[in-house]
Amino acid sequence: MNLANLAIGSEAKVTKIIGNNPITRRLMEMGIIPGVAVKVIKTAPFGDPIEIRVRGYSLAMRKSEAEAIEVSE
Amino acid sequence: MTNKEEEKKRRGEEEKKSETHKTQFSETKNQKPNTKNQLTIALAGNPNAGKTTLFNSLTGLKQKVANYPGVTIERKEGNWKIDGEKSARLIDLPGLYSLDATSLDEQIASDVLTGKVENLAKPDAVIAVVDATNLERNLYLVTQIFEYEIPVVIALTMIDTAEKQKHEIDTAKLSKLLKTPVIAVNVAGNRGIEELAEKVLDILDTTPKIPFDININSETDNAKIFARYNFISEVVQESVKHNDVAEHQISEKIDRVLTHKFFGLIILVAILLLVFQTIFSWASLPMDLLEKGFGALGDLVKTTLPKGMLNDLIVDGIIAGVGGVLVFLPQILLLFLFISILEDTGYMARAAFLLDKLMSRVGLHGKAFLPLMSSFACAIPGIMAARTIENPKDRLATILIAPFMSCSARLPVYTLMIAAFFTGQTVFGFISVGALLMLAMYGLGIITAIIAAFILKRTLLKSPPPPFVMELPPYRLPNLRTVLQNMLTRGWLFVKRAGTVILAISIILWALTYFPRPTETASNNVVTAISEEKCLCPETEARLAEEAKKAEEEKQSQALQNSYAGQLGHLIEPVIAPLGFDWKIGVALIASFAAREVLVSTLSIIYNGDKEGTEESETLISSIKDAKKADGTPVWTPLTAVTLMVFFVLAIQCMSTIAVVRRETNSWSWTLFMVGYMTALAYFAAFLTYQGGKLLGFG
Repeated sequence: MNLANLAIGSEAKVTKIIGNNPITRRLMEMGIIPGVAVKVIKTAPFGDPIEIRVRGYSLAMRKSEAEAIEVSE
Repeated sequence: MTNKEEEKKRRGEEEKKSETHKTQFSETKNQKPNTKNQLTIALAGNPNAGKTTLFNSLTGLKQKVANYPGVTIERKEGNWKIDGEKSARLIDLPGLYSLDATSLDEQIASDVLTGKVENLAKPDAVIAVVDATNLERNLYLVTQIFEYEIPVVIALTMIDTAEKQKHEIDTAKLSKLLKTPVIAVNVAGNRGIEELAEKVLDILDTTPKIPFDININSETDNAKIFARYNFISEVVQESVKHNDVAEHQISEKIDRVLTHKFFGLIILVAILLLVFQTIFSWASLPMDLLEKGFGALGDLVKTTLPKGMLNDLIVDGIIAGVGGVLVFLPQILLLFLFISILEDTGYMARAAFLLDKLMSRVGLHGKAFLPLMSSFACAIPGIMAARTIENPKDRLATILIAPFMSCSARLPVYTLMIAAFFTGQTVFGFISVGALLMLAMYGLGIITAIIAAFILKRTLLKSPPPPFVMELPPYRLPNLRTVLQNMLTRGWLFVKRAGTVILAISIILWALTYFPRPTETASNNVVTAISEEKCLCPETEARLAEEAKKAEEEKQSQALQNSYAGQLGHLIEPVIAPLGFDWKIGVALIASFAAREVLVSTLSIIYNGDKEGTEESETLISSIKDAKKADGTPVWTPLTAVTLMVFFVLAIQCMSTIAVVRRETNSWSWTLFMVGYMTALAYFAAFLTYQGGKLLGFG
């Protein structure tokens, strides 16, 4: 299961970041690493991007980017 | 002066400075290095951490803004008086999340910290600005700065907000765990500034230690990221007590409305409308004043200086040219006032969040929306506003399409054409043709911009879709000083442009329309003829004055026709003939390269000479309508008017835009590419319009 599939309002733990590219790297630098808790806050008007809460702050990302983040509820 | 010359001059000054710096240093080389009076200190921190506010407070109004050599990353520095005797060159690094050199910002910051930037010594210390409400992510950057072996002092900002959110931060503990001084600062409350200065002086020449186990050289990048965050988690756990879990509550509540699926978009449109409406209405008064001021200045110089070429150069070349551009300054200042407020409050990130889906369809970032919207007022602030887009290719794509948005300078051209050929005409009896044409011109610009972006992003500027991963910072009240300073910096950069490149182009264009001068005898004939008739009766006097005025207009028109611009007009006539334009329109096109609205004034000068025998053709509109080709058919038809409007939608025709693009892209090739592709597109579209229109039986 990845972060893009999570329903709005649900919380999960990051298990793995798939891929090795500038985007996954940026995600990790922003604190999204295995073990961290994330919560989906909302999606933008056209269904994309999404807003999540991680390490106490709000982060927006496209669904295509969120797909690289494996989570377990 | 060109940018290069400016740069040279600046470097020259800096070299001089660094020479004196060296001598100072050699005199004191037996002492400890920290006794040198001029230190270099870098200010680093995440975006939205309050770095700019701290920088402004430490350096005051004396700041230097330039670009790092070869790139368009802004280099901001100022002088910080640390105590009575020591001062520092304070370098404001770009806002950073990390130092991994994956983006240009990060590369530059890393270069500064390793002393690789020209004319910039390796920093003696780093002040790391850390947002207390967002400790974990902010400390990530700090853990990376430790690896540069430069002494670090942490300035903890937003501590009041953190306290309000019931986070108890034990700064002493934090400092102990990080093995680095941590000072809580609050610029508005003047808290911690002195202590920060003391600590910076204390740590100079200390050898910093990375406070956790990490093998910088051998571990994989991912392993290093994990190690840093694991360390941070431990530090935060030990030094911070979270008493209230419902943090971010206020921002979340505001966002329920502002990023609402439906209301969010309506509010966004309303905010943008308000901004542009305000820019138009607030700016119109100072713009009028500036225009009148430059007019009055021109008149003053004209009457004070002796008549002749110098007088004409100053009045018609320099004052008219530079003045015509500086008139846009109020709009630029106001737009940047609003942009700064929108950025400082945190709304800008939301706007990008709301619109990213739309913008990413053409391959642009959500942040491209605002520069493009601004370009409807004027492309210059729009292009400058593209700085908010981090990815260089996306920024370039945005800059390259921004001038397609119909700016306010195109309005005089559109309105003249509509007034001359479509007044009072309607479709279905109630929709005015003028309004439809206006809408069509704006639409043409927007559609062309979308197509151009689509093509550019798939060809020349091919790059993966820009990552959107972006922080939505908590809503905050804007800091007045930061907002004003940002606005003034932008305004000043624009004024500097007007004083250099735009000045040069103004003079060249003036010379083209001024030289060669008509011979004295030819131009004096009319005047002598009139003065011979001189008598005392008032009617004749009035008639003579009228005739003298006409003769003067005639003279101007003749001079323009014989000038190099006039000759160029004839030269390009075969090229523009397929668009239905004659050489006179050609002259106007060349002259309006300075600015689009110059078309109107040039047309009125050049058509003045054509009025023989037609008493009633007093206005420009009737002169245009009356203009005949050699075969007696009218030069201007409604189709010509539409063709000219289409040409003006797409052609660049604005030296200020060109100058600003040169500055913002830092590349003549991209600037020339832009001039080339826009002009080619304009020609092609005008050609299709005219020839297609003729085939369909119009004109």
